[in-house]
Amino acid sequence: MSDIKQDMEQTGLLELAGLQACFGDAVQSISEGIDCPVVVVDRKAIVDVCHYLKDKQGYEMLIDLCGVDMSEYPGFVEGDARFEVVYNLLSIQHNKRLRVKVLLAERELLFSTVEVWPTVNWFEREAFEMYGIIFNHHPDLRRLLTDYGFEGHPMLKDFPVTGRTEMFFDEEQWRCVYRPNKVENRVLIERTWPGVDRG
Amino acid sequence: MAEIKNYTLNFGPQHPSAHGVLRLVLELDGEVVERAEPHIGLLHRGTEKLFEQKTYLQNVPYFDRFDYVSMMANEHAYALAVEKLMAVDVPERAQYIRVMYAELTRILNHCLWLGAAALDIGAMTVFLYCFREREDIFDFYEEVSGARMHAAYFRPGGVNQDLPEGLLEKIKAFTDTFPGYIDEYETLLTENRIWKQRNVDIGVVDKEAALAWGFSGPMIRGSGIEWDLRKTQPYDVYDKMEFDIPVGATGDCYDRYLVRVEEMRQSNEIVRQCIEWLAVNPGPIMSDDSRLSKPSRSSMKGDMEALIHHFKHFSEGYHVPEGEVYAAVEHPKGEFGVYLVSDGSNKPYRMKVRASGFAHVEALDYMCRGHMLADVVTILGTQDIVFGEVDR
Repeated sequence: MSDIKQDMEQTGLLELAGLQACFGDAVQSISEGIDCPVVVVDRKAIVDVCHYLKDKQGYEMLIDLCGVDMSEYPGFVEGDARFEVVYNLLSIQHNKRLRVKVLLAERELLFSTVEVWPTVNWFEREAFEMYGIIFNHHPDLRRLLTDYGFEGHPMLKDFPVTGRTEMFFDEEQWRCVYRPNKVENRVLIERTWPGVDRG
Repeated sequence: MAEIKNYTLNFGPQHPSAHGVLRLVLELDGEVVERAEPHIGLLHRGTEKLFEQKTYLQNVPYFDRFDYVSMMANEHAYALAVEKLMAVDVPERAQYIRVMYAELTRILNHCLWLGAAALDIGAMTVFLYCFREREDIFDFYEEVSGARMHAAYFRPGGVNQDLPEGLLEKIKAFTDTFPGYIDEYETLLTENRIWKQRNVDIGVVDKEAALAWGFSGPMIRGSGIEWDLRKTQPYDVYDKMEFDIPVGATGDCYDRYLVRVEEMRQSNEIVRQCIEWLAVNPGPIMSDDSRLSKPSRSSMKGDMEALIHHFKHFSEGYHVPEGEVYAAVEHPKGEFGVYLVSDGSNKPYRMKVRASGFAHVEALDYMCRGHMLADVVTILGTQDIVFGEVDR
């Protein structure tokens, strides 16, 4: 708790102090990011926090919501929260932005914020489709971008880039069918970090 | 009397006024739309997954293919995101070139929008006029990048190459004549009785709804909210430009039409201001940060290190420091943002593209309810949707 207060004083984020006062431990951290303040909140408090930010702090617009799969991030160890759900908010009246993050373990549910911003509906559908994150109380949690009947969550780090199935036209049945993918997964350029000797 | 039932109509995905590949399931009561359910994703290419396999430089051309009618505006958001994360300063000349091309791109986009939206409603001539001017801007694209559409010209750190000789005069000539062309479009549409009947009071969005549905760009300005990232959160040299933000009053399709037409005039003015500055201020067009810039051709001939650097720059790519950043630009269609998470390596760890069209299509149901079937086409047109960015 006291760490957060110190952080806020150092970075001049005192306007977010009200958030800390209202939600206490549910606010896990408040820090100054490269572009805007970043708040990490507990998954159980997300709907209340969003209501508060919209009504009391003037973040009337949700710009973006997306999932991030942290499982291949350097330093990730078994037992860490696998997913981040990132809400990028915009306040038009105060001309400022805010990033709210929720850390989620696999199979943990997150409450939907559709009641706060109707536009979040499709963004949550996309996060569900791409990462399998389930938004509780979402009115219509279906796939959005992938094919009807697509299986799997393609943005997961363990989902191959080439996919698991391929579609082709079957002359005999005279329709499109899926079959297991035989395309090999190629890596043309390795992921590298600076200062690492690659001999 | 015969019993009349609601019926469901499939609009698209191959309908010419579906602007690409939108499948719209309409529930109709007679000719009145009760519910409109957009099915998107028919152009989904998994670009965000591909980003994670490509180096930062290889990712640039993918951005041209998001909103494929305003290519450079997409690259702009990406370049800003990477620069923010690397804390790199961009030379002023590069910033002016970018602003000039971003505004030419806005004209390019609005010309297509105007032509296509008018064509949807039945005005054929405007389409032909608009495409005549688009041709000129494509030529400017080609002169500077070699490609007429997918330019890959804005790079993190600046732009790829300096303007060729004589280009500024050509763009100047274009900006001299273009306001006259806008007048031509306006004589065809602004006071046109049919155009007004089809647009006025159609698809009205009030301020609260525009905020709740995450509208941006001309869509939010049409509803009377004065919000333009070029003014409110200026990037590059927009803070040195003089221009006005047109704002609508009622939030209907006609207001959004007027807003976009006025934006073309304002963009034209910004382009002129950039030309004036660029004509007298030569200088570097790429950051001198060696992570981002490639070594000069001449240094590579005699310097082994420069040769290695060049090879590494285009094979392994550069490393972007760990962190996360959201960068947005005032794209011709609205707020186009890039949320970039870097793990310190040469490829993005996660890159999410926030396309304005995505939020707009989502509100289609809200905007169409209670309107006639023919108005669905008008509303689709006014949203200025391109499926490259919606489906990603």
